[in-house]
Amino acid sequence: MAKKKTKTKTAARPSGSKSRTIKVDYLARVEGEGALYLKMRGEEVLDVRLEIFEPPRFFEALLQGRNFSEAPDITARICGICPVAYQMSAVHAMESALGVQITPEIRLLRRLLYCGEWIESHVLHIYLLHAPDFLRFEGVVDMAKKFRPEVERGLKLKKFGNEIVQLLGGREIHPINVRVGGFHHLPSQTQFQALLNNLKWGRDHAIQTIRWVSSFDFPELHRNIEMVSLSHPNEYPFNEGRVISNLGLNIEPSQFETSISESHLQHSHALHAHINERGSYLVGPMARFHLNYEKLPDLVKEVARSVDLSPKPAVNPFRSIIVRALEVLFAFHEAITIIERISFPTPSFVEVQPPQMEATGFAATEAPRGLLYHRYKIQPDGSIDSAQIIPPTSQNQSTIEEDLKEVASKNHHLTDDDLTHLCEQTIRNYDPCISCATHFLKLKRVQL
Amino acid sequence: MLKLAVWKFSSCDGCQLSLLDCEDELLLITEKIQIAYFLEASRRKMKGPYDLSLIEGSVTTSEERERALSIRKNSLLVVTIGACATAGGIQALRNFSQVNQYISQVYPRPEFIETLKESLPISHFIPVDYELRGCPISKRQLLQLISSLLVGKRPSFPTESVCAECKRKGNICVMVAHQTPCLGPVTQCGCDALCPTYRRGCYGCFGPKETPNTSSLAQWLNQESHLSPKEISHLFRSYNATSTSFQKESERWNVKPSEIYEKDKKEEDKEGKNKGGQGRPKDLKKGSGKKED
Repeated sequence: MAKKKTKTKTAARPSGSKSRTIKVDYLARVEGEGALYLKMRGEEVLDVRLEIFEPPRFFEALLQGRNFSEAPDITARICGICPVAYQMSAVHAMESALGVQITPEIRLLRRLLYCGEWIESHVLHIYLLHAPDFLRFEGVVDMAKKFRPEVERGLKLKKFGNEIVQLLGGREIHPINVRVGGFHHLPSQTQFQALLNNLKWGRDHAIQTIRWVSSFDFPELHRNIEMVSLSHPNEYPFNEGRVISNLGLNIEPSQFETSISESHLQHSHALHAHINERGSYLVGPMARFHLNYEKLPDLVKEVARSVDLSPKPAVNPFRSIIVRALEVLFAFHEAITIIERISFPTPSFVEVQPPQMEATGFAATEAPRGLLYHRYKIQPDGSIDSAQIIPPTSQNQSTIEEDLKEVASKNHHLTDDDLTHLCEQTIRNYDPCISCATHFLKLKRVQL
Repeated sequence: MLKLAVWKFSSCDGCQLSLLDCEDELLLITEKIQIAYFLEASRRKMKGPYDLSLIEGSVTTSEERERALSIRKNSLLVVTIGACATAGGIQALRNFSQVNQYISQVYPRPEFIETLKESLPISHFIPVDYELRGCPISKRQLLQLISSLLVGKRPSFPTESVCAECKRKGNICVMVAHQTPCLGPVTQCGCDALCPTYRRGCYGCFGPKETPNTSSLAQWLNQESHLSPKEISHLFRSYNATSTSFQKESERWNVKPSEIYEKDKKEEDKEGKNKGGQGRPKDLKKGSGKKED
């Protein structure tokens, strides 16, 4: 690319007093466009920035005036990797504004759809984006030369997750079947049951995945950080629950904006989110696992124990890949349970009418990368008056920068190349989705 | 080996993900194709020239405009993939409004944002060899494109309407049977008539078919589906809003004063800004066009 090359000097090692800068202009194996900028002197980190330069697309503004029923289709376009998450937060927010109660079957089918997306997105990240960091490959194609059976397994797992989204959503990317009130049309029970064989294969091979990733070498990093996720009285959370944290946050999704603020920094097209009076926090698989461990099925807990993973206040973000794999197992398990449990035929949707008067709706659901919050104000004619969307990556951005600071400082003795790679890996611990957050990401280390 | 580069512009990553979603074919493809530049999949950044560049996303910044030119110079074939790259995408809704307003609605510090007034397709800036329509593209068409190029055959994609696919599938017409608004008659096929198969109307992901009769369809939607002018305008104004025929039809039904743009207008007048024409894209430097706030 014509763009200036990364200013990384190979094999250069910083001597004591000189400051050095590390830059990665275009981060690879993340969704969207971001960069990393790191300036340090010895072990002291002078500046660290996860730069999100993905061009803004102004979703919240372009939703204005559109009908409430269009929100699930339009917001899906924020992210090609987790469109279901956007559709789910959108429909739940609309339903809360309109006072719509969905049926237990629709609720279960939404969980099923989310299982599909968690599998597809997590497996993509584990096998194609993150594992190459641990095994020192540039990408999955190189990795496949040495780890062909593993890569084949990953692709198959991903495919089986996508099969759920394809059947129930219509297609893997930007599903068309989700609507406010339910689904446009439901496939038959036989079609769902036809997925079961592959899902059972997936469940078994998810366990192999957990064993495989837990055999990786994990860089040292211990973070005591506030973790935030949804919490439901008797389920591992997808679509509903209160927003809780390990430091005592416990609110309804409708109170989200009173407890959490966003600020806009020059280096990022994503807004940084903070918990008022406390600061940065973390959302995503690690937060969900630590806050909802008790709700996991025995099978998942048992496998977690076997790889020495339990909910602890201090987490090592590098081990998030294991947690992600555990959630893949959970999602396969849950999908199988739902398909075996659901009774057909069932109405595909509940009728929805525009509100009698101006109405506001809130929802938070668990995207693969973490909590995704939507708020909409709707006019009596059904048009959207205003929209607010807070994606997971912008909530994690400050935490990622803090991780980078610690990792860089601890590993200052590394060559620029190795430190750059390690910093990239640190960022990828969070499976950042830059497309989402922009409304995310680039590594720069500058050698002065 | 065919040397492939995959580029991202303003987009959601979904179309390039389609390549990674070819779970059964991916490893096979990489035996025949060298992935030289594909940031979503690899850190390796090989220099051009490339045999094939796939471009996802639309041009919304001046950097992207420059990048498009440099990709064209470095590529034997350029293929745009998806509605953003071929028609500006959903973010092209800004073209009908005032981008400054959008910025200040979404970002507390508008002065940090640099963007162009309009979101435009890649073909606005450089010649493009082929295009794959869709929001997202069809995986099947992507594989067809790659395999055609590998055997040295000219790729060709049908340009008939979604209706043709829908009939072949044996679907019951959602318009005839339920008066459901559907863009199938004017939309290019490629999705396998997905929406009508799930009993909803097509919303035009693949953009206009060749010679679409949009005005006849719009009349029908008005009279038989009882859609309001605003609803008709919105139906044509979504993921391919700047495709000529869709744009014209949406403008025809965008009766003024529409509530949506009226508000924009008022504020614009208040700020005494220039009229938001369809002119050439200009840089909107940090803070420019805004008063010294």
